[in-house]
Amino acid sequence: MRRIKALRCRECGSEYPIEPLHVCEYCFGPLEVEYDYDALSKLVTHESIAKGPTSLWRYYDLLPVDSPLHECVDLGGGFTPLVEATRLGEKLGVRRLYIKNDTVNPTWSFKDRVVSVAVTKAKEFGFDTVACASTGNLANSLAAHAAKVGMRCFVFVPADIELSKVVGSLVYGPQLVAVEGNYDEVNRLCVEVASRFGWAFVNINIRPYYSEGSKTIALEVLEQLNWKAPEHIVVPVASGSLLTKVWKGIKECYRIGLIESVRTKVHGAQPSGCAPVVNAFKLGASMPKPVKPQTIVKSLAIGNPADGIYALRAIRESGGVAEEVTDEEVVEAIKLLAETEGIWAETAGGVTIAVLKKLIRQGIIKRDELTVALVTGSGIKTSEVVCESLREPIRIQPRLKAFEEALQKLQL
Amino acid sequence: MAVRRYHLTFPKELVTEPVIYYLGKDFNVITNIRRANVDQDGGWVDLEIEGDEEEIERAVESLKRKGVGVDPIERQVIE
Ligand SMILES: Cc1ncc(COP(=O)(O)O)c(C=O)c1O
Ligand SMILES: [Zn+2]
Repeated sequence: MRRIKALRCRECGSEYPIEPLHVCEYCFGPLEVEYDYDALSKLVTHESIAKGPTSLWRYYDLLPVDSPLHECVDLGGGFTPLVEATRLGEKLGVRRLYIKNDTVNPTWSFKDRVVSVAVTKAKEFGFDTVACASTGNLANSLAAHAAKVGMRCFVFVPADIELSKVVGSLVYGPQLVAVEGNYDEVNRLCVEVASRFGWAFVNINIRPYYSEGSKTIALEVLEQLNWKAPEHIVVPVASGSLLTKVWKGIKECYRIGLIESVRTKVHGAQPSGCAPVVNAFKLGASMPKPVKPQTIVKSLAIGNPADGIYALRAIRESGGVAEEVTDEEVVEAIKLLAETEGIWAETAGGVTIAVLKKLIRQGIIKRDELTVALVTGSGIKTSEVVCESLREPIRIQPRLKAFEEALQKLQL
Repeated sequence: MAVRRYHLTFPKELVTEPVIYYLGKDFNVITNIRRANVDQDGGWVDLEIEGDEEEIERAVESLKRKGVGVDPIERQVIE
């Protein structure tokens, strides 16, 4: 049974074959994978999914790949815990709060979901080289997955980045290319490299397939809630792809009969120093205006987001809102999550939790409503942002009395 | 000959100026608008530019000097 129909332009609806294409030749709109939902309705059931592997590939049927399951590139990404956050919920004043803990992925972020799908598709298309431009999570994940399947891997970065920042990619053995140019020049070069060389640039020419991997986080949440859609989901937004696909995933589950209703409000979370989608939402604009990012939240610092317009549409269609938080609120939220739930999030997770807090305070999320917050990356990668605001250690002499005295002073 | 696709962002001040007309007049390039949305507060244009690579570069530089935001059609690809 053919599950995948075609690529379709999101703007004019033109159809294209399943090939490494990403832009519509007519209107320059982005292309998106379209499935045969009648076929999927017959193929996919709660039971068929439950029989699948314990990784993101348990949603194989809803992903745009043709390789048999055992050939799909798999580092074990996905199938992460959905944790009932009672202590955090108590602090924030809600009773049914869950954290989707994607910090525990193989390279410690949700990017393992998109990259697994992208590298699988790149292999299917016959590429021997994968590439990306990234100083963080995407490069970490791509380099690791390329290593797993023995593909050549190029990672492009602006030349002024400190090498210590990219160790988490270099350890897997990719070729790093440090480009001497300003940000816009590096950005443009990468697009030109992607079109000139026969390489799979995962977030450029493989993007329609790559981005579908994001859906799996939403599918897991639904399955973990026994196929019940939450009332709210809070999603961090950079390029806008994750949020767009969370919404698409929920709608697809409804369409093929996996959930009974679509009632989830999808809320977008951005740092104030880079909030083009939030700005557009609050202004009632149809399209985000580019901004120059200035924030500690490097993983969400995309000033001109590729899918910003679609994220905006998804937020509005679902009845959600977009909200921003300051860098200080982000640091506070990282600590709050760690101290109440034992989960150490990177700055993007801090944005999610800080926005969650704000939405509860504004009464948008109510006390008894089923709410999920996506924590998409591990704090271990951005430890520098919290290290100055942690509890001071106490220093004592190696005597029991000294410790007793110190303890008394602390009044813990 | 090369073909490049750009997403241009126009600030409010430039909305009334025939920026793209001058691109074809001042440089040896062919421009082709695919999609656009412009109002009194600014706007965007998805544009194809065809010509010699250096000539396209010069045209792009002139757009930037005027204050037009020039990004690839894919927007920002560095994550
Ligand atoms: C940890 C983390 N969370 C969220 C995002 C946002 O993803 P998207 O670009 O799909 O909006 C990113 C990446 O950009 C990320 O690295
Ligand atoms: Zn189109």
